[in-house]
Amino acid sequence: MTGADAMVKSLEEEGAAYVFGYPGVAICPFYNSILNSKVKTILIRTEQNAAHSASGMARMTGKPGVCAVTSGPGATNLITGIATAFADSIPLVCITGQVNSELIGSDVFQEADITGAVESFVKYSYLVKDAKEIPRVFKEAFYIANSGRKGPVLIDVPIDIQQQEIGDFVYPEEVRLRTYKPTVKGNALQIKKIVHELERAKRPLICAGGGVRLSDAKEELRGLVEEYRIPVVSTMMGIGVMATEHPLYYGMVGNNGFPWANRAMKEADLIMMVGARVADRAVNQPERVMKDTVLIHIDVDPAEIGKNAGATIPIVGDAKHILADLAEYEIDGSYEDWIASLEQYRAEMPVVRKPVEGYVDPAEFIRKLSFKMEDNAIYVADVGQNQIWSCKYHVVRNGRFLTTGGMGTMGYSIPAAVGAKLACPDRQVVAVCGDGSFQMSMMELATMRQYDVPVKIIVLKNNYLGMVRQYQHFTYEDHYSVVDLSGSPDLEHIAAAYGMHFLRIRDMEGIDGKIGELLQGNTSCLCECLIDPMDLV
Amino acid sequence: MNRKVFQLLVENSSGVLSRISGLFSRRGYNIESITAGVTADPRYTRITIITSGDDEILEQIEHQVEKLVDVRNIKVLEPKDSVYRELCLIKVEVTDQNREGLISISNIFRANIIDVSEKSMIVELTGNQSKIEAFLGLLSNYTIMELARTGITGLSRGSSDVVWLED
Repeated sequence: MTGADAMVKSLEEEGAAYVFGYPGVAICPFYNSILNSKVKTILIRTEQNAAHSASGMARMTGKPGVCAVTSGPGATNLITGIATAFADSIPLVCITGQVNSELIGSDVFQEADITGAVESFVKYSYLVKDAKEIPRVFKEAFYIANSGRKGPVLIDVPIDIQQQEIGDFVYPEEVRLRTYKPTVKGNALQIKKIVHELERAKRPLICAGGGVRLSDAKEELRGLVEEYRIPVVSTMMGIGVMATEHPLYYGMVGNNGFPWANRAMKEADLIMMVGARVADRAVNQPERVMKDTVLIHIDVDPAEIGKNAGATIPIVGDAKHILADLAEYEIDGSYEDWIASLEQYRAEMPVVRKPVEGYVDPAEFIRKLSFKMEDNAIYVADVGQNQIWSCKYHVVRNGRFLTTGGMGTMGYSIPAAVGAKLACPDRQVVAVCGDGSFQMSMMELATMRQYDVPVKIIVLKNNYLGMVRQYQHFTYEDHYSVVDLSGSPDLEHIAAAYGMHFLRIRDMEGIDGKIGELLQGNTSCLCECLIDPMDLV
Repeated sequence: MNRKVFQLLVENSSGVLSRISGLFSRRGYNIESITAGVTADPRYTRITIITSGDDEILEQIEHQVEKLVDVRNIKVLEPKDSVYRELCLIKVEVTDQNREGLISISNIFRANIIDVSEKSMIVELTGNQSKIEAFLGLLSNYTIMELARTGITGLSRGSSDVVWLED
């Protein structure tokens, strides 16, 4: 057995169903061995998207997504995808080929110091120097990626190590890491304090972040919310933890969130952040918002607690465990007056949009789309104005809402949707992007076609990089610079070229029927919605 | 701004020092000095870092460092509970007139003369930072040709917070 065989065997041991990647000489031994395995390969059209597809898959399966690319440019192209996963705490195992270990450091063809280059974007990285270490390294990599605060782990394997004979393959049964022991269970005393503070509070608010999903604590959180009737808001990454129309859910907070949700944050006398890092886009000026607030901060990463806001009750651990422990207590609290105020705020602070006739109104379109989508459909939002509209107007029922909140990487939606669809072939997957972000990942239409991955792609087309145009509108008084997307291809021809069904929606007339048409059948569809170029989120 | 001495126990593996110094540089933490050396157990390296920042930054440093996969533990070496030492080599320009003076200052500080030539001497001094600063202060009438300092290393006093390493 060679090192490459051991790499593939390790993936089988970890139950990895797919590898997204792009071969090159330095990773060829691995791609040669994988032909004899049950692990399926997907040839993605550019390496960055291999990480995004692996991310989409990881988010649906709860297991690390796997990608494998070659050395040098293959590896460096992967970096943005790795950084995206890192910012959103998505578990990935990224495999890179490397030049012959004896040549490392001599600047040979397609050599890049990838472990050095990704250092600030990975949870951990390995440069394998002896093929006998491969089973241990893979076992550790999968464990590190998917425990504690999740994230990407990179394994760099020189070509000669992939070719090295290792004898018998023995996969370790357990991980033995002397220096890595993430905290899972929350401190019991701190949990008692939460109960005490919730009983004293008049205006408590739960702010759910992406960590609730990552620790699979959705049911525990909903249980707490419903039992004691505690209102909930969410960060962008926490969208979908609560069903959008749940009576106790008040939507997304932050500078792109709903005004009543932000008002709730300001007026709450207790905020319980669960798996949220109090990031700048979610809580602007936390020291002001939370001046007199009891802040309970539940996070698996001790470094996040106190980083952006000082917590009254810091509690380190896995949200699922902590919420389950909290459920053991009886909490004597009633917050009906507070809920009544929040209802009033929601009624008094409507978001008024003035859509221009003759275009598709993205807000209304996304809302209608939500209700026509299957109950458990997966909605993948890209980055730009489309993301903010998606966050605000998509109605999640029993489905999922995937987007990149931390890094905000344009072009995420299509490759992530590919990964999500391969993970869940029976669920409907819809990717919503703008005409800028679409063109960043347009090449993946070939991947969809090659492997028959039917994703519904919706392009909100305004011929602008809308989010930047909007920024230039406000900040530079309409002095538009490098945001005009003239020259973009005719999407009808693009759809035809890739053998996809195409639909153009020009305005709101007969919109229900058109949405029905685009969602029809388990086939791919490219739908272009013409939206007002001057629209603002 | 507060100054703190952190002591880290880390895996003795390649790249570990760059992971730690990289963390400091990318998060904008200050390093005044850093020393590293293998422990009695060759699987581990002990790293001593002097850093400064406000209390929140110092707390963040502790959490962020502890989070690194290779870090076994991090602790603060509080001045009152710890001993610190730094080694300093000083090459001083000397003449027949002032050579004796340098030898007597060195004797007072229990410094060693480890190299003598016609025009220079190398003095080796070990101590805490204030001792070294005081010694250097007394050399104001001399010309220091070259100076090499190791940065401090330290241990906490007593045996109460020793980390016993398992097999």
